[in-house]
Amino acid sequence: MSLAELICPAGTPAALRTAVDAGADAVYCGFQDATNARNFPGLNFTPDELAEAVTYAHARGTKVLLALNTYPPAGKVDLWRHAADTGARLGVDAFIVADMGVADYIARMYPGVRLHLSVQAAASSPEAIRYYCENFSVKRVVLPRILTIPEIRQIRREIPCEIETFIFGNHGLMVEGRCSLTNYLTGQSTNMDGVCSPASDVEYVRDADGSMSSQLAGFTIDRFGPEEKAGYPTICKGRYAAPHRPEGYYAFEEPISLNLSRLLPELIEAGVHAFKIEGRQRSKSYVRGVVRAFRAAVDDIKAGREANIADLIALTEGQKQTQGAFETKKWR
Amino acid sequence: MIPTSEPTARLRPGEGAIARLACLVLQPVLTRVVRRVAARHPSLFARLGPHQATDFLIDPVELPFALHLRPDPQALVFRAVPRDTAPQVGATIRGRFLLLLELIDAEQDGDAAFFSRDLEISGDTEAVVRLRNALDDIDGSLAEEASAMFGTPGRTVLARLRRAYPDATKPREYA
Repeated sequence: MSLAELICPAGTPAALRTAVDAGADAVYCGFQDATNARNFPGLNFTPDELAEAVTYAHARGTKVLLALNTYPPAGKVDLWRHAADTGARLGVDAFIVADMGVADYIARMYPGVRLHLSVQAAASSPEAIRYYCENFSVKRVVLPRILTIPEIRQIRREIPCEIETFIFGNHGLMVEGRCSLTNYLTGQSTNMDGVCSPASDVEYVRDADGSMSSQLAGFTIDRFGPEEKAGYPTICKGRYAAPHRPEGYYAFEEPISLNLSRLLPELIEAGVHAFKIEGRQRSKSYVRGVVRAFRAAVDDIKAGREANIADLIALTEGQKQTQGAFETKKWR
Repeated sequence: MIPTSEPTARLRPGEGAIARLACLVLQPVLTRVVRRVAARHPSLFARLGPHQATDFLIDPVELPFALHLRPDPQALVFRAVPRDTAPQVGATIRGRFLLLLELIDAEQDGDAAFFSRDLEISGDTEAVVRLRNALDDIDGSLAEEASAMFGTPGRTVLARLRRAYPDATKPREYA
């Protein structure tokens, strides 16, 4: 059986402590800059905060993974190198990287620290994953959310590193690490600036009938009726009117969250080493609830008991959930 | 959907006077609470960044007044204001009182409350996100901290407030 480690999000030091106390095997976090893909206002860690967080987590047997999972623009790579230097000095247990240049720097400078390949690298074939393993000594790959469990099982047989899969949270399915939709409207890049739908460009407008419009950079990307559940203001989950669908429709993906709680036994059997919970931008309340639920479920499965999965629907985007491609390639 | 909170839509005869009286009575309490929170949790101002100077309106829809917050450590403002005299603000956060209280205490998830439409925000979204993240990084309960400042009477008021609200707004247990 695989280790089935639980990898949990932490957007703030308090959230990190919450995740550790709720049973995380490892916590992932980032600095307050463009080096990670949750570069949101008021979120993330200063170096001093990360130092305290590492001490707190290690004292309780929990690992700390530092996300450096964005792509340095030309001329700005020093920011990523400095972040890696700081993380190594503070004793993080692994770096989560997407860019080959960042991976190469860490592999050369800090060969004793594990490298995990971020979902942002979009490595989905055994050949691609082996390339990262052979050239940068990557120890774990976080797989894109586009693969079925049989495909994951097959990949596992053909690669020399561990596999991590998302099991809960945001369900973004553009070619991960390559999405430029936010860039198109706001000028800021998800992949280089670390921000999808920057809050500074988001506005919610309440109409007289109680409907709410989500706007990004002045463009309306969805309008929710008075009783309708809402989602994040991301373009990939926007609802658009088109000549053939004048009533408006979700052209790419609905507001919905991934929830693989019922597939955990199959994922473990397929050889998945670690389960990732998305949501560094979420609250301590979310972290506490989701981590506790999956901690109990994983422990039940490891002990040979049937997992009693808690209801997490209230925490999902649009209050809807899916097993996505993990169940079938045609999930919509 | 949360009820409308348009200022003029909810004012019934006499409510304006009640709101003004409530604001007057509450103001010394609010001033003391905000100064205490600022003194005990100075790190929250760093997360607010440039939005320390932003004016927020926190609008508990079923109460006769709203709360005006400007989290400027040099000139803190936290005051109850009748809705019909509420100032122009950079951002507004609107929902039922206990939900707002639980969001401040990180007992509820703000994104989930937004998805369910129990929480409504308008104006500067970045300011709201910064305020949320700043408050979420505080360990413990601000509500209990504030109520404890007033001893047994304070704790009693908080307990009664929590009991007075239906189960739908109670924090969910997931595990």
